[in-house]
Amino acid sequence: MSDAAQLRLTAEEEAARLPALLAEARHLAGTVLLGDHGRRRPGQGDSFWQYRPMQPGDALRDIDWRRSARGDTQFIREREWQIAQSVQLWVNPAASMRFASNKSLPTKADRARVLGLACAVLLLQGGERVGLMGAALPPRGGRTQIDRIATALLSDIDQDFAEPEARGFVPNARAVFISDFLDDLTPVEVALSKAASRGVHGVLLQVLDPEEEVFPFRGRTLFESVGGTVRYESRKASEIRQAYLDRLAAQKDRLDRISRAAGWRYSCHHTGTSAQSSLLWLYRAMEGGAA
Amino acid sequence: MTLFGTIGFASPWLLLGLLALPIFWLLLRAVPPAPLRKRFPAVSLLLGLKDEDQTADKTPWWLLLLRMLAVAAVIVGLAGPILNPDKDTAEGRSDRPILFVLDDGWASASDWPRWIDILAARLAEAGRQGRPAGLLSLANPQPVTMQAADQIAARLAGLTASPWMPTAGGTALPDGAFDTVWLSDGLARDGRSALAEVLADRGRVEVLQSERPVLALRGARSEDGTVHVPVLRSLSGADQTLRVIAHGTDPNGAPAVLGGADAVFAADATLTEATFDLPSELRARITHFAVEGLRSAGTVALADDALRRREVALIAGRDDREGLELLSPTYYLAKALEPTADLLDGGLQDVLKANPDVIVLADVATVTPAEQDGVLDWLDKGGLLLRFAGPRLAASDISRAEEDPLLPVRLRAGGRTVGGAMSWGEPKTLAPFSEDSPFYGLPVPDGVTVTAQVMAQPDPTLAERVIAQLADGTPLVTRKTVGQGQVVLVHVTANAEWSSLALSGLFVQMLDRLAATTAGASADLEGLEGTVWAPLRVLDGFGRLTNAEDLPGVAGPDLFTAPLGVELQPGIYQSDRSIAARNVLAQDDVLTPADWPSNVAVSGLTRPEERPLDGAFLAAALILLALDVIASLHVSGKLLGHAAALALAVLIAAPHPAQAQSDAAAIEATSELRLAHVLTGNGQVDDLAQAGLWGLSETLFFRTSVEPGDPVGVDLEADELAFYPLLYWPITPDQPTPSDAAYAKLNQFLRTGGMILFDTRDADIAQFGTASPNGRKLQQLAAPLNIPALEPVPQDHVLTRTFYLVQDFPGRFSQGTIWVEAAAPDAEQIEGMPFRNLNDNVTPVVIGGNDWAAAWAMDELGNPLVPIGRGMSGERQREIANRFGVNLVMHVLTGNYKSDQVHVPALLERLGQ
Repeated sequence: MSDAAQLRLTAEEEAARLPALLAEARHLAGTVLLGDHGRRRPGQGDSFWQYRPMQPGDALRDIDWRRSARGDTQFIREREWQIAQSVQLWVNPAASMRFASNKSLPTKADRARVLGLACAVLLLQGGERVGLMGAALPPRGGRTQIDRIATALLSDIDQDFAEPEARGFVPNARAVFISDFLDDLTPVEVALSKAASRGVHGVLLQVLDPEEEVFPFRGRTLFESVGGTVRYESRKASEIRQAYLDRLAAQKDRLDRISRAAGWRYSCHHTGTSAQSSLLWLYRAMEGGAA
Repeated sequence: MTLFGTIGFASPWLLLGLLALPIFWLLLRAVPPAPLRKRFPAVSLLLGLKDEDQTADKTPWWLLLLRMLAVAAVIVGLAGPILNPDKDTAEGRSDRPILFVLDDGWASASDWPRWIDILAARLAEAGRQGRPAGLLSLANPQPVTMQAADQIAARLAGLTASPWMPTAGGTALPDGAFDTVWLSDGLARDGRSALAEVLADRGRVEVLQSERPVLALRGARSEDGTVHVPVLRSLSGADQTLRVIAHGTDPNGAPAVLGGADAVFAADATLTEATFDLPSELRARITHFAVEGLRSAGTVALADDALRRREVALIAGRDDREGLELLSPTYYLAKALEPTADLLDGGLQDVLKANPDVIVLADVATVTPAEQDGVLDWLDKGGLLLRFAGPRLAASDISRAEEDPLLPVRLRAGGRTVGGAMSWGEPKTLAPFSEDSPFYGLPVPDGVTVTAQVMAQPDPTLAERVIAQLADGTPLVTRKTVGQGQVVLVHVTANAEWSSLALSGLFVQMLDRLAATTAGASADLEGLEGTVWAPLRVLDGFGRLTNAEDLPGVAGPDLFTAPLGVELQPGIYQSDRSIAARNVLAQDDVLTPADWPSNVAVSGLTRPEERPLDGAFLAAALILLALDVIASLHVSGKLLGHAAALALAVLIAAPHPAQAQSDAAAIEATSELRLAHVLTGNGQVDDLAQAGLWGLSETLFFRTSVEPGDPVGVDLEADELAFYPLLYWPITPDQPTPSDAAYAKLNQFLRTGGMILFDTRDADIAQFGTASPNGRKLQQLAAPLNIPALEPVPQDHVLTRTFYLVQDFPGRFSQGTIWVEAAAPDAEQIEGMPFRNLNDNVTPVVIGGNDWAAAWAMDELGNPLVPIGRGMSGERQREIANRFGVNLVMHVLTGNYKSDQVHVPALLERLGQ
């Protein structure tokens, strides 16, 4: 009873978040597409596949006006893709992502989800097949996939840190890993080498809070992880700032090296900056990889 | 108690705690501030990092300082610091009884409030220490008994400065040893050092006296047409300028300031003069001189006849024969009067217009009927007609068969001559003056002889009219009163023709007694012999003139020589028709500072107030600790910036009442008619007044077309009065007197048609007057208001019929008299009309004591709040009270509308006539 009630409560909470996430992601994706309007997009399959009647939700620009002008119905000209690309998405669901140093900033998890979902929207609109890493949601095309991905992305776990999902790489697919990558990088390295062996290329997007980048602490400070499992007390936080910054730089550097070695691309995004530029980079990186 | 400069400590050993402060500093410094808990996902990157500096982050120095200050403040505060501690109490004290000796003469009046404060403080101290106390008033010495200090303190309110000098007072000292606190006026006088020696034998003597010089005025004197007022001070040393004000009456008799003059002391002078150059009309009205800003009998110089130069008209019956001045009938009179009086010459009709004080007719026999009428009018108003006989009067027929109105007696034809070459007998001498004569007490010189005179007819009234007679009993001076004036006939000539009287000093003294001259009673002690002076008004110690009808008369010679005391108080005295002033200082008195024996400690009155500081220090510690809380939060980053700033701002900036609401209040006050009452500061009275006006407003609403809003309590100082037609002012004895600005507002209010209903609320115990505290307070409050002449409400006053026909104006009480502005004196009742034609203004004040608010008061449901009377008659009384309220408001709002004769027929009908 209580389980059911709890489940329902949680579900309602999540459902409440879902439209917001979707809307935000769509909005974000729309801005990117708008900016890219009219650009030639080689490799997406030029050849005509079929006409199909327009359905609600289709964009006006997809209408084939010449065909539609012959009758009373509007038709969409669908083009065939030579090879449909599969993209697999992994967004870190761990507790460490649920952190924002400031009320005005989104948490890292929110930003990561928005970026991931927006990327998925773009790709799906472009005709790619998008899914999540692992067996839960294999890559598929179609609009309903967006909702499924959104739903799946909203699930959180309580552990402070999570290893990247390295199972279920679709051969020759593409992958997007979005995380803060603040934990040990060995699992990432393992996952990437596994991906490389499957011919999977992809993108590592590191999402960091500005506070993590700046370390503005002084005095005696007790640092706790978001889940509360890891603690560290500094008697004089200002003294360890440089050491921390060095470690962070080393972490980034190592991520860069790992990704290069596996033929992946790496970028770092801060929640304090606009999501749009990172989305653009993300999309380009995917596009470039697909070319 | 330990003293450090002006700060003493009750328990100085606690200050050793301050030594612990450095240790405290080190300790505080060693303890790191509490860690800041911070969520931080990148903690994994931190794991394994080592702090380079093992010592903890320091508490900031300013926070340390703050805490140290707080601790220091606590330590100092607990040590009981006292600012300006009483050094005497600080030193070892005895528990002997304590005697307070007061120089409570006139010189103490200016310091009197401070004296009372000092006495109260010292008595309270003595009470705390359980020391008995005694009080010796040197001005009114009474045997002293030592009592509990609080019993003495209860008597303080009754003490007052006396208008005379303190006595030596050695009579009444209690037995045994005691300490003495002597509040001294600082003036030297006999017996002071002796008393000081006696007191010093009994115990410690401490003298408190003011550092300021004592100031005093001597009696004013008149010289060459200017008035000189000598000003004295007891201490020289600095330039000083005082303003001396001449007080008097205006022509209508109201008190007025008639002039002012500066008295400038040179640095080393103790005596100076203020000189007034006033016209004699003004000078005659001066009542007293006073030093501006000082309240003391010594700084008041009363004015008497000496200041007045009387106007004397000299009219001779025959023309001067050239070259024979010594034979002129007026020569000796002019010589006698010239120094002290203004002489008028001219015809009788002419001088009457000048309204002289005295008209002297020297050997004038007949006056014309017109002149006679004029003189009689003038006599009725208080003139003195002084007539001298002479050949013409003797030869004339006036007052022969019937008494002439301008002569006191009938005269026999021809008069008589004695002791001359052609007559028998010796020249006659004067008989001693009888007791009922105004000349009683004047010595009769031997050489004064009378050789000729006019004779009075024996009449029933003759005996009482004779005020001086010759040795053989024939009248020499006769007098009768006419109206307020008098006619005096001297039966000899004014020159030396018939008598040597005019050559003697007695002549001048007699003129003086007749108030014909004003040499000043004080000038001539001899001339005072035998007179009795009745006090008219006497000074109290603070220089206020009070009525003195109940004081006994004073013998003339004592008036200026006897020392002042209960028997002889400074003031204005009257004898017969002369007015004399006895001032505090005689003409040769000086003020010299007191000289104290060396074993007596003398200190000033002003001692810095002893003020315990422990509370301030502890409060400062608390504030510092509160700051420390905020600062600690700030240091540890837990302070919510804006909230803290806001809280601080709220703490520091006390909320100010918005001034901008005055406009809103004005709009609210004027959007509807509102009744208003004056806030007295007494919550109960104010509430009842509010409820009463609310009840009256309800009554008006139900019964009339006047529909007032909620009543308003007005603060006379702050609120605008112009919005309200009627102001109900309940009187409480303790309400504050409004400021000058408030009085200006009130007068403006009254002038522009407002009405104030004064309610002393005590008609049950006092009729309107000064008998009750409320009545006295009302007089005090209303004195600066422009209130016209008042009368009890006449039966035909418009208040009795503005809405209801009422004749009684009860409130909670019903017996009080109600006073309103007096009707114009020329208002006349027209035949057949019930009312006089009183088309004048609305009365600006209605004064009574019936406590109307109580009768009007009702709660929100309309139930009366205060029981009135008993049973149905009480309800009837409440109803009449409500009707009076309705009438009153109607009167304010409609003025004299119902006084218009147009309404007479309707009113007559209703009155059943």
